[in-house]
Amino acid sequence: MKLHCKLYVLAILLLCLALFSPSLAEGKKLRVVTTLTDLASLTQEVGGDKIDVEALAKGYQDPHFVEPKPSFLLKLRNADLLISVGLDLEIGWLPPLITQSGNGRIQPGAPGYLDASQFTEILEIPQGKLTRAEGDVHPLGNPHYWLDPDNGRRIAKGIAAKLTEMDPGDQAYFQQREQDFEKRLAEADKKWLAQMAPYRGAKVVTYHRSWPNFAKHFGLDVVGYIEPRPGIPPTPSHTIEIVNLMKREKIKIELIEPYFDLKTPNSIASMTGGRVVVLMPSVGGKPEITDYFKLFDYDIGVLTKAFEETK
Amino acid sequence: MKCLNTVIVLTVFLAGVAKAQQASSTPSQPAPVAADNAALEQKVRDLEDRVVTLEGLVRQLQSQPAPGATAAAPAPSAPASQPAVPTEQGAAGALTAGNETVRLGGAGAAAAKALNPDISVIGDFIASGGHNPINPTPSFQMHESEVGLQAIVDPYARADFFISFGETGVNLEEGFITFTSLPQGFVAKVGKMRAAFGKVNTLHNHVLPWADRPLVTQNLVGGEDGINDAGISVQHIIPAPKNWFLEFTGQGFRGDSADVFTASNKNDLSAVGHLRAYKDLTDNSNLDLGVSYSRGHNLFGANFVTNLYGVDAAYRWKPLSRSIYRSFVARSEFIWRQQQQPGLFACSLITCPLNTAAGFQRAFGFYASGDYQFARRWFVGARVDDSDRPFNAHLNDKGGSLVLTYWPSEFSQIRGQYRLTRYGENFDAHELFMQVQFALGAHGAHPF
Repeated sequence: MKLHCKLYVLAILLLCLALFSPSLAEGKKLRVVTTLTDLASLTQEVGGDKIDVEALAKGYQDPHFVEPKPSFLLKLRNADLLISVGLDLEIGWLPPLITQSGNGRIQPGAPGYLDASQFTEILEIPQGKLTRAEGDVHPLGNPHYWLDPDNGRRIAKGIAAKLTEMDPGDQAYFQQREQDFEKRLAEADKKWLAQMAPYRGAKVVTYHRSWPNFAKHFGLDVVGYIEPRPGIPPTPSHTIEIVNLMKREKIKIELIEPYFDLKTPNSIASMTGGRVVVLMPSVGGKPEITDYFKLFDYDIGVLTKAFEETK
Repeated sequence: MKCLNTVIVLTVFLAGVAKAQQASSTPSQPAPVAADNAALEQKVRDLEDRVVTLEGLVRQLQSQPAPGATAAAPAPSAPASQPAVPTEQGAAGALTAGNETVRLGGAGAAAAKALNPDISVIGDFIASGGHNPINPTPSFQMHESEVGLQAIVDPYARADFFISFGETGVNLEEGFITFTSLPQGFVAKVGKMRAAFGKVNTLHNHVLPWADRPLVTQNLVGGEDGINDAGISVQHIIPAPKNWFLEFTGQGFRGDSADVFTASNKNDLSAVGHLRAYKDLTDNSNLDLGVSYSRGHNLFGANFVTNLYGVDAAYRWKPLSRSIYRSFVARSEFIWRQQQQPGLFACSLITCPLNTAAGFQRAFGFYASGDYQFARRWFVGARVDDSDRPFNAHLNDKGGSLVLTYWPSEFSQIRGQYRLTRYGENFDAHELFMQVQFALGAHGAHPF
């Protein structure tokens, strides 16, 4: 019986906690949490000062292997809107965070949950029967779609529509900002395409399959991967294949994400006279990459310099 | 299906139009009509965007045949909020397009599959060598095959089932519903679950950093099954200053858990309380602390209570820019067990008369371990064990382990462990374990 008493006391304590915790009263600003920094940057472009936006993962971190830290729950529990990349990119860490957040507004299917992949062009959607013999494949298609400015524009449009749905009073503001962003992006894109124009059709190898959308937009031809299969670290036999491929095709450029070990890429480079180019897949990959524009500024800058020097 | 076809036809049509526009625009260009060109470019881009939007819609339709609980947000050009269509026939495979309901024949089964839970199977094989008469393990055993079934139940809840097939029988390891949309940020679970007592007790076998469980778990917290019971759990994040994460979990159970708690009548409930404090020290490191309390009736009957107190701590380091290559985790748990029992057990047979005042058996144990990841696929670890025996706290067992783990991929794991146990009877057991684990199906999330 004593135990029952304790349970009642517990229940009362919990109730007190509930009453004294700060009420989730409607603040003026929408609180948006995104999984990746790129989505945060796009949301910021559209939402301006009508929203507060935070990303969970860091820009220099492998987005497949983020740890579901409890500190993320502090951000998620008060969020009005959660924007994710989708296509199972965050499957290893986001679902338990959403469940434990205690925030009904951002559960899958709720109005405050937005999967940005629905707005974008998805490449490499596998056809037919799929097994993990092919490595850590993404059955829904390649999730690194934000690296195409055209998709950036589409995501911004989708976010604008979502923000408008959640805050109809600021519809004109979001629309105006979105159009302004689109204009600036179109101009910047023209510049980027012009910078990349001399290297259209250039053959490159990449470490992971992170760059199909980037390659498509800027006209690069990805002919090989340093990973033998997605998510499987380089093996000696495959590395030799890549070396031969690069020699045969006179490929000089290896594109690497900042979170992979440079040992194998470097030794391939030394065997082929190639160049290891560390491209940033996300905003915040370097301190100076503070938004979506600077991301491409940086990547295009590094890439054209490398092409120039290996000509 | 009709809807899907329409969308596909529309997509193709639009793509055609886009192509045609592009094609027709080139020859009929008089000299430099830059403005016209820009306008056309804009038009093509708009059409491209519409095609992509439609493609997105097709993907959604393919993955979510029955709208309802998990209906995703509509495409931006569509009306902002479509009224949810009631789906009585949802499970049977009905597709709704606008107001029109299309019944599916043979395709119904395929459509219903989309709502099947995520299924995963994790195999756990352990081979052992060495001599240990006190806690013997077979030379080879298919220790466990754990089937996980997980899905979202409705807009308010999700459910998780973990069914463990051992060598001798089947056991519902966990099966619970989690209510995710409660007011005020509460999260409630109802069902059978591993209790939130400390850290190791909450973890399934396949996510442990060892092939076995620490001595203190074996001796004082119910061994491999641990405190695992049917009941109700409520958790809530408590606002705390300075970016501390504070969470309280309160749980009430039936009161039957391994050799820890026994309910001899309906009122012999057990309770577990856990307070967790977590803080990011830097982007790369964090500290995770917890205190736990559990209380329930023990096998001596309704008048005898066992109290468990626990303290756990973990320090994690993982450099984010090299997160897949290097990491370090240090963890430790201290557990005190205070067990009321008949006087007979409290003192020796000769000095105490039968059934005098109830006595206490107080036992203490701990483990401390460290695991270092030194390459993308390689981990090395060590653990120190110390624990009194629950029913005879004068006997104290000590042990130590060395562990080497290799991941051929994210979905399989091979582990070797050397374990030395010095039992209270002054007997040393040297054992070697080789564990192979492999996962099929849905990519489960990694616990933290």
